[in-house]
Amino acid sequence: MDGMELLVGTVVLALGTFAFRFAGPVLRSRAKLSPKAERLMALAAIVLLAALVAVSALTEGDSFAGVARPAGVLVGGVLAWRKAPFVLVVVAAAATAALLRLTGVP
Amino acid sequence: MRSIWRTLDRALARDIGLVCLADCLVGVSYGAIAVSSGFPLWAPMLMSLLVFAGASQFMFVGIIAAGGNPFAAVLAGLLVNARHLPFGFALGDVLGKRWAARIAGSHLMIDESVAFALAEKDAHRRRAAYWACGIGLFVSWNAGVLIGAYAGTAISDTDAFGLDAAFPAVLLALVLPALKDRAARLPVLVGVVVALVATPFMPAGLPVLLALAGVLVGVAVKEPELQEVA
Repeated sequence: MDGMELLVGTVVLALGTFAFRFAGPVLRSRAKLSPKAERLMALAAIVLLAALVAVSALTEGDSFAGVARPAGVLVGGVLAWRKAPFVLVVVAAAATAALLRLTGVP
Repeated sequence: MRSIWRTLDRALARDIGLVCLADCLVGVSYGAIAVSSGFPLWAPMLMSLLVFAGASQFMFVGIIAAGGNPFAAVLAGLLVNARHLPFGFALGDVLGKRWAARIAGSHLMIDESVAFALAEKDAHRRRAAYWACGIGLFVSWNAGVLIGAYAGTAISDTDAFGLDAAFPAVLLALVLPALKDRAARLPVLVGVVVALVATPFMPAGLPVLLALAGVLVGVAVKEPELQEVA
């Protein structure tokens, strides 16, 4: 593995990622957004996070993630919906997936 | 800075602490996987400090370890990280107005810090949640990667602990309250379906971005209603 290539790759990825992160806060501070536009921005973030939940819960690479992980997330989701404490939601999701795998469920 | 810690109540601090712990373990696995697939020790550590975005880091290491070229690895990583652009627009003043705060705050922008911030209604709590989660995760992620890089394959399979289910569960718990707003439901539903349908056919990162189509659908459906009222 070429160290120089790794270093350059890391720095370019870091700069590009920072540009993505920095653009929003800077551009937004230049213009006063209407309340409607602000609501749309917040909605966009919620939609992205929800899509991230679905994709990371159900898929691995470009195929199905198996049973254990979606089952764990489902248990966590039901608990969250029933207003269970956050810690319980997360621990139950992880424990469900771990226990299912322990019993041989993929 | 001090006011952040004062605003942060016990329950929120505990929730953020748990996410930090989980991410620290994932960081351990990242460091271990990178080093055991032939990367020099400094590579995962430097990347965690400078890039600080787990999914893109795993992607970068995976592509190069599989013999792909660094250019492809960078492009794939950037595609995965492009969602930070709309995240930044959504956060607004959460980062503060000073340049130093904007720069540092931007670097701390990751899924969890954004989700914790957006889950809070009050502006002060929103800011406190964002910074506490961002700083906490930066420290715990980098500490985890450092441990993993040196300790080797002690924890390389975080799936055995179900940590792969913890990440979506964290975001789900934080996003769920936003669905009380009925106007958000259709856009979220459309976005989720679009992302899932696109996943088998598209490179990672793109399906999640395509979910933004849900926002457009939400706007399109809402306009006629407004005209009827007018």
